Amino acid sequence: MLGLGDGWVIAAYILCIASAILCVVYGILNWNKEADADVSPDSEASDWIKEEIKIEKQI
Amino acid sequence: MNLETIIPVILYLLIIAFLGYLGYRKTHGTSDYLVAGRQIHPFIMALSYGATFISTSAIVGFGGAAGVFGMGLLWLTFLNIMVGIFIAFVFFGKRTRRMGYHLHAHTFPEFISRRYQSPFMQKYAGIVIFIFMPLYAGSVMIGAARFLEHSFSINYFTALFFFSLIVAVYVIMGGLKAVMYTDAFQGSIMFVGMLILMIATYWILGGVTPAHSALTALPVPPPLAAKGHTGWTSMPSLGSVNWWVLVSTIIMGVGIGVLAQPQLVVRFMTVKSNRELNRAVMVGGLFILMMTGVAFTTGALTNVFFANNVPGMEFCKETGAIREVSPSSADVTVSPENLEKVRSQHPAANLGDKVTVPVGCTPVREGSISIRAAAGDVESIIPLYIKHSMPRWFGVLFMLTLLAAAMSTLSSQFHAMGTSIGRDTFEQIFAKDENSEEKSVWITKMGIGIGILVSAMLAYALPILFDKGVAIIARGTAIFFGLCACAFLPAYFGALYSRKITRAGAIAGMIGGSLSSVLWMMFFHEKESSIIGLCQMIFGRPAILGNPWDIVDPLFIGLPVSIVLTVAVSIFTKKLDDSHLDRCFKNIK
Repeated sequence: MLGLGDGWVIAAYILCIASAILCVVYGILNWNKEADADVSPDSEASDWIKEEIKIEKQI
Repeated sequence: MNLETIIPVILYLLIIAFLGYLGYRKTHGTSDYLVAGRQIHPFIMALSYGATFISTSAIVGFGGAAGVFGMGLLWLTFLNIMVGIFIAFVFFGKRTRRMGYHLHAHTFPEFISRRYQSPFMQKYAGIVIFIFMPLYAGSVMIGAARFLEHSFSINYFTALFFFSLIVAVYVIMGGLKAVMYTDAFQGSIMFVGMLILMIATYWILGGVTPAHSALTALPVPPPLAAKGHTGWTSMPSLGSVNWWVLVSTIIMGVGIGVLAQPQLVVRFMTVKSNRELNRAVMVGGLFILMMTGVAFTTGALTNVFFANNVPGMEFCKETGAIREVSPSSADVTVSPENLEKVRSQHPAANLGDKVTVPVGCTPVREGSISIRAAAGDVESIIPLYIKHSMPRWFGVLFMLTLLAAAMSTLSSQFHAMGTSIGRDTFEQIFAKDENSEEKSVWITKMGIGIGILVSAMLAYALPILFDKGVAIIARGTAIFFGLCACAFLPAYFGALYSRKITRAGAIAGMIGGSLSSVLWMMFFHEKESSIIGLCQMIFGRPAILGNPWDIVDPLFIGLPVSIVLTVAVSIFTKKLDDSHLDRCFKNIK
């Protein structure tokens, strides 16, 4: 199949493409799911960002 | 170097500088960064993650390894996509992101230490990263320097010097903490470069199936067959030397180790919501397929290219190497067959002696397999293939592809090295000192400087220390990935998924996994132990145990040790406070 010599390599070749397709399908199916942005001015996430900016500035 | 090469490089560096400036203005401007700065498009996030993940190591190092081992390396591409993208984003990323905020963690060591309420873990992980990450960064630098060496026909060490200089300037100019836009730009160049490489390779070799069929039909030379090589489109014989190297070191080490890569884990916290991770999976999967899938397939197919009679190319009859890289001398062991010939050069030579003899070069048109064409240098396979198979303009584009791949990875590596010694180690030890924060920043900068220096030194020394036939880039990368898996993976997985893993369990697993892995490298895994030399010094032989233990990768020892210790010690030790666990797992289903 595809000129490849060994079932293991054929499987790997197909699985590479199949797993990339899985990623695409997953991305499309969940495109708008879990959009629970937790970035309000006093959330933990925003504290995290403030600290991250501080670290970046220092370095 | 000529203008047609220099102008694109300067243009590329200017764009990087401009994007870096844009990112700087955006992140350092006003408080609206809180909203605007984090509305990073998932496309940008995925490309940035991908550009950090994939480096010259994957393309030149592992691509070259595919030239030797064949398309069995595609199992690594499968793991890269399935584990490195799908599982990493969906099952690790989402939880890491939430938990990271709850714990106010900014580095990977900080994350696990706060999760297990153990300052020791932060210091220990910081030191492990600082000591071993230069091996990975050095491997990335070797990949870039090798390509420059062949592109410009300059000495490897000159290439390494100039590349180190570019990296140092890039880092100093502020490209350190991966600015997402810069990374995404670099990721785009990589994507285009690899896409063209794939199409061109199949086109040159007559199409997908004919190219594969020609590769399948190539005869395996006896020295490779003796190591278990069965062809470039089939797996090595089960349990052979090549099988262990391919499966245990290259495929499993990197394929699994990616989950516990400190510089990648922190990326999950930079997106606005889990939705962005869902979307990024799509781009990430395609990106990795285009990177490693193409690199490994092309790497294997170079054998067909070099074996064909390529117009304009000449090989040396004596070595099988392309004339330009054929060595002028070689080390041989004196045997009854060559005794007379050797004695004409070395009259005092005895049987069993190792001597250097000159190698002639009779130009022939018959090609040979890639590893012979590249004079035994695994890392030169891809650069030589690009140079001889592609038009000049593509050579320049591919050079930019590799520069982009190397710089995006190196910047995050040096950032991780700096923070691991500054924030994670120094700041924790001297936390009570009122000037500690200021000093920590200074130490971080020093750490970055030392990181660059040590990585460049390793890139200088490793190709000298290791035999040319050893895929040093792939090995260096795999050692680091494997070590990260042994040291951090069970504790990290437990942190995200279990309330039952205790502090003592996590510490035991981390220490046990990393120590057993390092000890295995020093005393059992011959490829490393023979170079380190400690085993030879103490026990009088390069590795304590013989076959097959001397080829079993440290990952196969360290990871089980780490898992068993983490679970077993957790059973008998005190659990973490429920209130702390509730805080960690808040909003995590």
